[in-house]
Amino acid sequence: MNEIVILSGKGGTGKTTVTALLAALSANAVLADCDVDAANLHILLKPEIKETFEFLGSQKAQINSYKCKGCGQCEKVCRFSAIKDFKVNSIFCEGCRVCYNICPEKAIDMIDTLAGHWYISDTKYGPMVHAKLGAAEENSGKLVSVVKKAAREIAEKAGKIIITDGPPGIGCPVISSLSGANLVLIVTEPTASGFHDFERLLNLANNFNVTIKVVINKFDIAEKKAREIEKYCINKGIEVIGKIPFDEEIIKSISEGIPPVLYSSGLAVQALKGIALSLFNDFGK
Amino acid sequence: MIISIASGKGGTGKTTVAVNLALTLKDIIPVKLLDCDVEEPNAHLFLKPEFIEKDIVTLPIPQIDKKKCTLCGKCIKICAYHALARVGKKVLVFEELCHGCGGCSLLCPEGAITEINKEIGFVEKAIVKGIEFIRGTLTIGSALAPPVIKKVKSRISKDKLNIIDSPPGTSCPMINAVSGSDYCILVTEPTPFGLNDLKSAVESVRELEIPFGVIINRAGLGDKIIEDYLFEEKIPLLLKIPFNKLYAKSYANGNILIEDYPNLKQDFLQLWNFIEGRIKA
Repeated sequence: MNEIVILSGKGGTGKTTVTALLAALSANAVLADCDVDAANLHILLKPEIKETFEFLGSQKAQINSYKCKGCGQCEKVCRFSAIKDFKVNSIFCEGCRVCYNICPEKAIDMIDTLAGHWYISDTKYGPMVHAKLGAAEENSGKLVSVVKKAAREIAEKAGKIIITDGPPGIGCPVISSLSGANLVLIVTEPTASGFHDFERLLNLANNFNVTIKVVINKFDIAEKKAREIEKYCINKGIEVIGKIPFDEEIIKSISEGIPPVLYSSGLAVQALKGIALSLFNDFGK
Repeated sequence: MIISIASGKGGTGKTTVAVNLALTLKDIIPVKLLDCDVEEPNAHLFLKPEFIEKDIVTLPIPQIDKKKCTLCGKCIKICAYHALARVGKKVLVFEELCHGCGGCSLLCPEGAITEINKEIGFVEKAIVKGIEFIRGTLTIGSALAPPVIKKVKSRISKDKLNIIDSPPGTSCPMINAVSGSDYCILVTEPTPFGLNDLKSAVESVRELEIPFGVIINRAGLGDKIIEDYLFEEKIPLLLKIPFNKLYAKSYANGNILIEDYPNLKQDFLQLWNFIEGRIKA
């Protein structure tokens, strides 16, 4: 099993664009969009949905007003401040069931909630697993696991590799998307924020048994900062496998549904070809 | 008063708006800036503060007294997060899965469970450039951002203008950061990605019933898609910050936009006048 996860720490660095391009260049991959909170890969890859599944989030407490005698114990034990005046605020309820377990009148029910959907789709570049989390819904880490599991099953059957578009940050969904991956490709941008968040992500990824490689996107926007990041990577023994120049052609080509390799032979595509070659070589492809 | 800055998507310019708005308004009204993007806090990169206070944020994690535990398994059964498991003659705690709900210690029939505080992050305070700045940082490897965000928000002052820099996305961390705001500014960029994520963010703030408006950052090329959407949905367009390589460079180097380009102050002032009018109306 070979799985590449594309991460960035900071959002907006170009994870999704890089993922889509690697997908187009690979032609032997299952694609997974694990940024379930702000899924975007579908915009570039235009998947045709084949199967739709419901995603049940954590259960939420609900107070049965006929049975409730107003003792207030539930409110007292709830550590998430989700109960007020004998009503549960479902946005803050974490489904821990403490109120359900403590209520002397058995007046609290735990209700399954539909937190989103996930899909198995076809794209020009291979099968794709993706999801949409409902507005203001939680449990994105759990949904990431669901997407990853489905992608893995498809990849195992078809003997393909998995290319995963990861979520931003270093929290629960990122930790979920890191589990079981062989290689993390970190896309960073040459800004103060990009560098800072890259460092934090690196500290997290080092706790997992993965190879880490780095791509600097839009490196020509601030070349001095880009050199700083490169130097930092060399000192840490991390390979920078490519630097991509700022190029609007790429996003244009994919939003039009044309593989960028056919649309443009610009500098960015050339850089990405080099990155893909180096990555897929590692995977013996 | 609480104004939060959110976006759905990362990298749209939330922090830029939060920092520049705070520094524009500090001359008119006492301002507190709270960085609630605890996974990747960034506002400090621009403000360069010296922190004068640091509070540890902890989560209560169960600790099992082997002498008292009879292996009845009740704690394992009630834990909604599968953070407890029996292995041989021991009940093990998987700290990363625990949400600190306290159910196990409350319901253990033997009183064998106590709670110990596990550090999951910290909150810091600084006075910098004439504003009060609060930053929350999630410990690397810890999965739970909301408790750290709540701790940052416990520093909100009623007598000040509180500006919250929210995490990206629309799930738990964003909801925790934004809820309770008097107004929410959504920052987007004129790309198909920006529009897609703006729609999710709009759904979320509507769910939370918070009045909101939109700033288009890096405006210029092809931003019609956002403006058309805002017009259709009757959402106020608060401000357009044009795409400008000089602004991008200033940002990349960690500079503050209104310090490099003071003419932008006027835009943030107008933005504030509009929002203040909306909140008071």
